[in-house]
Amino acid sequence: MLLIPCPYCGERPEIEFSYGGEAHVVRAPANATDAEWTAFLYQRSNARGSYAERWRHAHGCGRFFNARRNTVTDFFEQTYKIGEVPA
Amino acid sequence: MADIALAHADARRTAPLPGAVDRRIEKSAPLTRFVLRLPEESLTAAGAALGLDFTAPINRAVTSGDRTALRLGPDEWLVLAPATDAAIPGGLAAGLAGRLFSLVDVSHRQTGIRLAGPHAAAMINAVCPLDLGLAAFPVGMATRTIFAKADIVLWRTSPASFHLEIWRSFAPYVAALLHEIGREYPD
Repeated sequence: MLLIPCPYCGERPEIEFSYGGEAHVVRAPANATDAEWTAFLYQRSNARGSYAERWRHAHGCGRFFNARRNTVTDFFEQTYKIGEVPA
Repeated sequence: MADIALAHADARRTAPLPGAVDRRIEKSAPLTRFVLRLPEESLTAAGAALGLDFTAPINRAVTSGDRTALRLGPDEWLVLAPATDAAIPGGLAAGLAGRLFSLVDVSHRQTGIRLAGPHAAAMINAVCPLDLGLAAFPVGMATRTIFAKADIVLWRTSPASFHLEIWRSFAPYVAALLHEIGREYPD
């Protein structure tokens, strides 16, 4: 089973986690145009390779964190707490 | 509730001998339970109020007298105490006057099961992928995890015994599954 390193709990089995979509998506300002709102709500980079994602340790500490995962190999390159800047 | 849950599980399980009960699985004594959320700056004041060390690292249990606090998240604890202990909310409110905290009574949300015996870790590992080796999951470690399809809190109380905190609607499922798994691991 794939082990995911939670930044709070350490390595835990994959089934304890839930996926939270792409990370570092900046919310559109209140006066944004329809096109900007569409981009914020629906358009994701969907990168092939290294991809910044949000994950939640749902059946563990319950916290959201960010991860950088390779979408080709499923390898977790790094995980870091919300608000931290990746190395 | 635990009575009903375990009695129900007994009724449904397939025992090698009719009427035989797996003595490794038993319901815990009635407990009062709280979910406590604390910011970093309130840890020592809360510890002084309840007599528990809230500065212990995540996924650790700290016990003092009859009270135990399981640190399930960076700012989240599950506090367990005997059902007769009614002093926790008042003590915390007095000790943390003017500070932020959140205390939710979940005594009736959960039920406790104690699992003991040389095969206890193997029985849990039948449906839980967590590494329960003593190096990775030592005595005093406690965490929320997943047991087959149920979310549980798992606390290792000794090398060969565990305390499981289960949401009460999942208790018949977990107890019945443990009985079923126990048939693979005879005493």
